[in-house]
Amino acid sequence: MKMPVLHPGLNLGPHHGEAHKRAEKLAFGFWVFLMSDLIIFGLMFATYVTMANPMGLAGGPGPKEAYDLTSIFIQTMILLTSSLTFGMASLAMRFERGKAAISVWLSVTLLLGIGFLSLEVRDLAHMIDIGAVPSRSGFLSAFWGLVPLHGAHVAIGCLWIMIMLIQMRVFGLVPLVKTRILRLGLFWHFLDLIWIGIFTIVYLGALAS
Amino acid sequence: MSEPSYQREVRGYLTGFGLALVLTLVPFALVLRGGLSPLATLIVLGACGLAQFVVQLRFFLHIDLRRQKREDLQLILFSALLLVIMAGGTIWIIGNLGMRM
Repeated sequence: MKMPVLHPGLNLGPHHGEAHKRAEKLAFGFWVFLMSDLIIFGLMFATYVTMANPMGLAGGPGPKEAYDLTSIFIQTMILLTSSLTFGMASLAMRFERGKAAISVWLSVTLLLGIGFLSLEVRDLAHMIDIGAVPSRSGFLSAFWGLVPLHGAHVAIGCLWIMIMLIQMRVFGLVPLVKTRILRLGLFWHFLDLIWIGIFTIVYLGALAS
Repeated sequence: MSEPSYQREVRGYLTGFGLALVLTLVPFALVLRGGLSPLATLIVLGACGLAQFVVQLRFFLHIDLRRQKREDLQLILFSALLLVIMAGGTIWIIGNLGMRM
């Protein structure tokens, strides 16, 4: 049997009836948002790259003083794992394996998201301590514009997961809740995509060159 | 394509996770160990990053160009085009300016 694919991303499948049909428009609209978000991030990356040189550093703290690569590695692993656990939640929803399975996987994802954020906040606090604040240099302005912007996205994602856990409990798995979890999944995987750029360009790239 | 089963879909996510893991470990090991010249390191970093981008798009976001509806594909490709023009142009122009200062 041929599986019709209505929109990019995980499709619920025809056995979900109304939710599957509605998801076509909703997911497409959400992709439009994600792509505009991608352009914002892309330009922040471009700004960072143009600032990652001696002139941009302006004698202030550079990558070697400001970055803690061990912490970045742990954050990378946490976020990658959270993408997998969200995938498991999406699959539990798609194959109707029960509300409990979806809740468990979403809660694991939420905990990983909070773990990621606490490490990031700790690193940023350390940067403030050593004087690597946004006003110090163009390089640091670009850094503070980009990495905390991603962090803010993750924080919103965590809040969204909490809201969906509550909505699932209150409303049950109605089409509206399902399509919202579907879009939350797109958002969460998208954040991990942006993180690939951050650890490659912002951290490893700046430390290697 | 036949109706996918739960096990097969889980395997898909695990495959994506495994590939992404390798493509993360290689660049971190490279930068931590050192050894390669800065230019070679940057090239490997870029290649691993791009490869992981494609892996996550394919296995986590299920972007499979063959099966997309036209307007979705056009949206993603057009955004990529805009990004290349704007980000590439910024790096080019400001980099050029930097070299002249």
